[in-house]
Amino acid sequence: MSNNQEAVGRTRDEMAERVALDIPDGSYVNLGIGIPELIAKYVPAGREFIYHTENGLLGMGPPPEEGGGEPELINAGKRRVTVVPGASYFHHADSFAMIRGGHLDLCVLGALQVAQNGDLANWSTGQPDAIPAVGGAMDLVAGVKQIFVVTQHCTKQGEPKLVEACTYPLTGLGVVNRVYTDLAVIEISERGFQLVELSPGVDFDYVQARTGAPLLAIE
Amino acid sequence: MINKQIAGTAEAVADVFDGATIMIGGFGEAGSPIELIHALIDQGATNLTVVNNNTGGGEVGLAALIKAGRVSKMICSFPRTANSTVFPKLYHSGATKLELVPQGTLAERIRAGGAGIPAFYTATSVGTPLEEGKERRTIDGRDYVLEYGLTGDFALIRGRMADRYGNVLYNKTARNFSPVMAMACKTTIVQVEDVVDGGELDPEAVVTPGIFVNRVVEQKNPAYESVLIADGVSYP
Repeated sequence: MSNNQEAVGRTRDEMAERVALDIPDGSYVNLGIGIPELIAKYVPAGREFIYHTENGLLGMGPPPEEGGGEPELINAGKRRVTVVPGASYFHHADSFAMIRGGHLDLCVLGALQVAQNGDLANWSTGQPDAIPAVGGAMDLVAGVKQIFVVTQHCTKQGEPKLVEACTYPLTGLGVVNRVYTDLAVIEISERGFQLVELSPGVDFDYVQARTGAPLLAIE
Repeated sequence: MINKQIAGTAEAVADVFDGATIMIGGFGEAGSPIELIHALIDQGATNLTVVNNNTGGGEVGLAALIKAGRVSKMICSFPRTANSTVFPKLYHSGATKLELVPQGTLAERIRAGGAGIPAFYTATSVGTPLEEGKERRTIDGRDYVLEYGLTGDFALIRGRMADRYGNVLYNKTARNFSPVMAMACKTTIVQVEDVVDGGELDPEAVVTPGIFVNRVVEQKNPAYESVLIADGVSYP
């Protein structure tokens, strides 16, 4: 499953585990599809997160056993899920009031590109023949208190995903707070990409060479 | 005496007219009123504008309505789904137009429409291609775009149970857009598995109050999109 050209840095599961470490106890969290979904497997001991799925459930639990579950209990990716004690159902306008009203603490999303000013592109590659589909991505980045991106550092073709300015259609302007990749943890600061942590076995020059904008060293 | 119960799905959709705007509840297959949609296909109304989060799956329910050539425009947030094959063809041929709306903006436009609010400002889509052509305004230092309320002629909804007053309860995440769609349409038609006696529903638990509902149809053992697709069904 790895998109890496070289077997360096964190795996998808290790990236998810690393993100989970930075989520405070009691957070209300919305997890995007893909690597973000894996975060639910790595809740640190002693912490409790409540998962929101924008189709109308707070208190989403893990998937049911293979072949189990029910067709009208699903998540935003339309996969069957379960509920945990303390869960609630609500309609879409209430669900997006939680998002747009700033009630959710954190959203973790994938990305096509993140710019050094925090602009995010993650809904469209802009190909003229593609049918556009946006879902709740623009609502989430506009409304949730903190936006984390978890993604491979580069595309399968080896192009940087962390760039000076996004070339793909934007999802939101200046919305990303932090980026977790296979190679590093990077904060979007007023001065640009601020390195927070290198993955084990990775050095600064290696990450800088794979980043499309200046990387600020840890001081 | 108030009694909103109608005998069958065909009678419930009999007056849908050509060119109508129809809001159809459901997110994927959860809450999709398949029997009402199939009755609408049989009824024959065409040139419809349909509001739904998606464009249906396989060749049943909403996808079958689109395949039958009855839908001239879709208003939705996510027209692509794993098993959605019908819409792409009609979209690329130009037969069915698409108005793409962010999911939360779609829900709020419907809610606003139902609440008599003609328009509102939201931060969603600021600075993106979906802001194009919309009015922008800065409020307390933050940029917002103007979005208009959305209303419809008919809402087709699937609930779990209802009473003769039109009070409706839903099943888990099948609730999704239905309560706001019920508010936003002139005629709201609900299919439920059970119609219970008036007074049997706990007023504390009613999700959609009867004032938003015009017709209730009992549909025992409703179909599920995924089951029909697995069985290879293509409607009609």
